[in-house]
Amino acid sequence: MAEWILSSGNEAAARGAIQAGCKYFFGYPITPQNEIAEFLSEELPKIGGVYLQSDGEGAAAYMLFGGALTGQRVMTATSSPGFSLMHEAISHMAMVEAPAVIIEVMRLGPGAGTGGQQGQTDYRQMTKGGGHGAYRNIVLAPYTVQEIFDFTQLAFYLADKYRILVIVATDFILGRMTERVNLRSLNFPPLPAKDWALKGKDQKDGKSDHHMSALVFGGIPEFFQHQTEKHQRIIEEETRVENYQAENARLIIIAYGSTARAARRAVNIARKNGLEVGLLRPITLWPFPKEAIKKAASRAEKVLVVEDSPGELVEDVEAAVLEQVPVHLLGIWARHHSGPSGLIYPERIFQEIKALI
Amino acid sequence: MDRQLIYGKPGLLTGPSLHHCPGCHYGIILGVLFEVIEELDIGGRAIAVTGGGCTARWARYLDIDTTGGIHGPGPAIASAIKRIYPESIVFVAQGDGEQGAIGLGYFMNSALRAEKITIMGFNNACFGTTGGQMAPTTLLGMKTSTSPLGRNPQTEGFPFHAPELIATIKGTAYAARVSVHTSANRQRAKAALKTAFQKQIDGVGFSLVEFIAACPPNWHLSPGDCLKFIEEKMLVEFPLGDFKNVDTIDYSMPVF
Repeated sequence: MAEWILSSGNEAAARGAIQAGCKYFFGYPITPQNEIAEFLSEELPKIGGVYLQSDGEGAAAYMLFGGALTGQRVMTATSSPGFSLMHEAISHMAMVEAPAVIIEVMRLGPGAGTGGQQGQTDYRQMTKGGGHGAYRNIVLAPYTVQEIFDFTQLAFYLADKYRILVIVATDFILGRMTERVNLRSLNFPPLPAKDWALKGKDQKDGKSDHHMSALVFGGIPEFFQHQTEKHQRIIEEETRVENYQAENARLIIIAYGSTARAARRAVNIARKNGLEVGLLRPITLWPFPKEAIKKAASRAEKVLVVEDSPGELVEDVEAAVLEQVPVHLLGIWARHHSGPSGLIYPERIFQEIKALI
Repeated sequence: MDRQLIYGKPGLLTGPSLHHCPGCHYGIILGVLFEVIEELDIGGRAIAVTGGGCTARWARYLDIDTTGGIHGPGPAIASAIKRIYPESIVFVAQGDGEQGAIGLGYFMNSALRAEKITIMGFNNACFGTTGGQMAPTTLLGMKTSTSPLGRNPQTEGFPFHAPELIATIKGTAYAARVSVHTSANRQRAKAALKTAFQKQIDGVGFSLVEFIAACPPNWHLSPGDCLKFIEEKMLVEFPLGDFKNVDTIDYSMPVF
């Protein structure tokens, strides 16, 4: 029954948020995520929500912090330099376990980079925690516009389930490309009541809640024990990976996001040429599908990591493979030209496959 | 003989004691805040955002919904809460370092957005918790641990005047500076804070009350001498009074 539309990735993220019941968005312009803020500034007031334009990504993240503590579903979107600015607040959110969603539409870095074009250079920052204090965020990596729509809904569910920040990691290509999207509403199991939310005591039978760092009062081992157990539960229950013809492959490609699209095409070309190649696509960048990769590597001869970066994902892959087989990297040098619009094409990946097999 | 309680612990105070230093005025200001919340009967819908440093633990002292302990972004956090629950009464307690330095952008922009929130700013001319370093409000010539030769306007600029600045912004309903160093001033401070909350209750606009507060350990003065210092030095640079007090703001929007 669901409606099909043509949508950009950015618009799909905005629509996914509304579908998930998010009515509050804190925005600040930065390319290439602007369509998300623009769409929600028009749509949220129509459903009794609020688009609040912040005075910078630092402020947007703190608004996300405050908004999350009200118990309502809240979101912000940004791109790499803006994402860097958000990390002080993100770290505080981890401290008080404030659930929220950030759409990170990556652009090439470091610094101002290309001013807003394609890149996958925020992997480490997203997956290892860009702020201080040894915390974790869940990172979802869609690779189609449909997945952006679906994963944004999933992100809100996971955020509320675990009281954690969930980052939906897209990039210039995914945000700006247009595909057919089924505007389906995903169903998730019931969630615990947010009886900790700040609403004013009158709304909670006189109970007051206090969300600040409790570590100053002690209980430090207990806090980190609780966090670690939560992270372990997320690793066990939420690790997601897509296996594309990787069961009997001699060469396994590991790629995520937009680069996984090119890698998938390269697998198809290779298979047509009789080469036994498969793709393992991490859907959760954290928790990282370590076990699936380790297992697949034990059956393969080689692993090839493809990422539009000088090599970040490859570190996690190497840690998973544990030197069972060689791990090769096809990184940002594989782009078809050196300008800001350079891309890693499927044909270039196929070339690498032929060289390795 | 039957004894009657004529003065006791405020009903909204959670704990038995405060962490503030002897002679610090924050405890007095906290008392003023308790009285105002109780008299306006807003405890059930109040949400507080505290700052980093000396106001941080207020998030634990108040038996109302609170968050905080973060240095500077209180006004941004409060803005989001207020936008989501417009019927709540949202206020920020923050120091002069966070308000005039690291959090100036959050503070100014919340006023520029005409947020219907109330800011309690504390001016003790230094960073308190961290050990008395120079703050935006440090007086000219005043020696601190990071202005050992005294604050020099040539290199460190001039003291920051929050209420005067905020009064120039259209979305501001109320901007005042008060002190609690005498009981008469404490009464005036209470009236000002009440006015500020009333502006929020009435949905008029942004409201700010700056409190002058003594910091005996960092001023290297006895609590008694601090009162003299406030009278003779602080109030000369930072005059008390209302800098803006309006009951209506023109929110009409031209159509383009």
